[in-house]
Amino acid sequence: MTTLPPPSAKKLGLVIDLDTCVGCHACVVSCKGWNTENYGAPLSDQNAYSAAGQGTFLNRVHSYEVQPDQGAAQLIHFPKSCLHCEDAPCVTVCPTGASYKRQEDGIVLVNEQDCIGCGLCAWACPYGARELDAAECVMKKCTLCVDRIYNENLPEEDRQPACVRTCPAGARHFGDLGDPDSDVSQLVAERGGFDLMPEQGTKPVNKYLPPRPKDVEPEIDILAPYLEPVAQDAKGLMGWLDKALTAMPGGSK
Amino acid sequence: MHPAPSVIIFNTFSGIGFGLLFFLGLGFPAPTGWVAFVFFAIAYIMAVGGLIASTFHLGHPERAIKAFSQWRTSWLSREGICAVAALIIMAIYGAGLVFFGTKLTILGWVGAVLSLGVVYTTSMIYAQMKTVPRWKHWSTPALFIDLSVAGGALLSGNIVIALIMLVIAGGMTAYYWATGDKRFAESGSNLANATGLGGIGSVRAFEPPHTGSNYLLKEFAFEVGRKHVQKLRIISMVFGFAIPFVLLLMVQASASHILALFAVISHIVGVLALRWLFFAQAEHVVGLYYGKR
Repeated sequence: MTTLPPPSAKKLGLVIDLDTCVGCHACVVSCKGWNTENYGAPLSDQNAYSAAGQGTFLNRVHSYEVQPDQGAAQLIHFPKSCLHCEDAPCVTVCPTGASYKRQEDGIVLVNEQDCIGCGLCAWACPYGARELDAAECVMKKCTLCVDRIYNENLPEEDRQPACVRTCPAGARHFGDLGDPDSDVSQLVAERGGFDLMPEQGTKPVNKYLPPRPKDVEPEIDILAPYLEPVAQDAKGLMGWLDKALTAMPGGSK
Repeated sequence: MHPAPSVIIFNTFSGIGFGLLFFLGLGFPAPTGWVAFVFFAIAYIMAVGGLIASTFHLGHPERAIKAFSQWRTSWLSREGICAVAALIIMAIYGAGLVFFGTKLTILGWVGAVLSLGVVYTTSMIYAQMKTVPRWKHWSTPALFIDLSVAGGALLSGNIVIALIMLVIAGGMTAYYWATGDKRFAESGSNLANATGLGGIGSVRAFEPPHTGSNYLLKEFAFEVGRKHVQKLRIISMVFGFAIPFVLLLMVQASASHILALFAVISHIVGVLALRWLFFAQAEHVVGLYYGKR
């Protein structure tokens, strides 16, 4: 049923630390690996070995350059997957009831047997979290690895989403964001976690932690002043060239 | 947004077809026998033809029956139900006129309301999309209904109403373009709050997540159609509204069916261009993440 359930007490989701993510794309690969072989339609690729290769992914890592008013630009790697929004616009637009939000834990899922592939849910999602698979023609999205997190056949440490389990930097955290005392909620409170596109009114469950402010490194090398390599005033031949070129019409002064 | 031909054909022809059914249902005109048959045949070919075209963009059209179930929340579901109801009611009403020479007045009115209902529910599929600021506005349903009624008046031979509606629909189109151009900026969505990094400095998309393209870029970041916006706007204004208006004035003087046919063809050409722009110019906020619009 595409009517959204009343807000659940339990809100499972991810917390992604933009300070820690190194942009290695391991989460992208492990996500595709787990989700292409374990349930439903596989995540297909088209012309994978050509220059124009493309495929279906449930998790993608963007990279952004941020230029502060003062100081050097920063490069920030930005993983993005379904945010399992509390007010999920992708669910209510679905004409068949294939899209739904679970009442028990807030995970947004697609029942592929009911999906007609109209693509409307992908239109409604501001985050680009849903992709229509080009081979199977059904909508694919992050399931928060619902087939891992409750799976008692897996060792306990593996009962978390594949992306979280694989992240070598510890930039991804999984937990109950509906519980203010959970580790993830504490982390969000401590680090000032934020929502993406809050003006869209989707109330995402997933939160992002901002990069920590860059500190300014003090001069610690006492020998550095003696090693000053850059000649401020050119002497000799270079000095003469500098003067001659400057004196020429169009020379800088 | 990607201007899928199937959806452009659907919006154009079903819009006009249901507009014609609207006037037939109201009883303007209320022909009987063969004349009624021709009117209803044209309306059904356009309305149903458009609906069939729209199923071509579905991944699994064989499951389309399931799309009638979620009318509580989904405008697409409501559209499907409305379309089936309108087509059934108008088929009964049309059969009365064609085969029995009987006008089931009340049934016609119900069919007329349902026919416009189809156009309204279609328009709300777009107007509900907060992710596409150009569409998220009351003028989207207003534009769809104006176009449908103008096209319906034109095809049903209600010349005076058609003349008035062409002016209204043309004006609405101009308003839609003029205000639509500003709506993305007004929506407040930008790369700064899409990434939440705006507090640090100015954000620029540095590297996309993949070397090739993907479903999202193909579906939402369609930039080709915007190259010729001004030309296409002139084409849709001239062919969609100005030429049919002049031709209709001549039809009123001469009662020529050929001129009326040219007016209809010109209108359809203009509306096709207009519907193309409706999609090609619509920018989805997800493009922000890719540094594209």
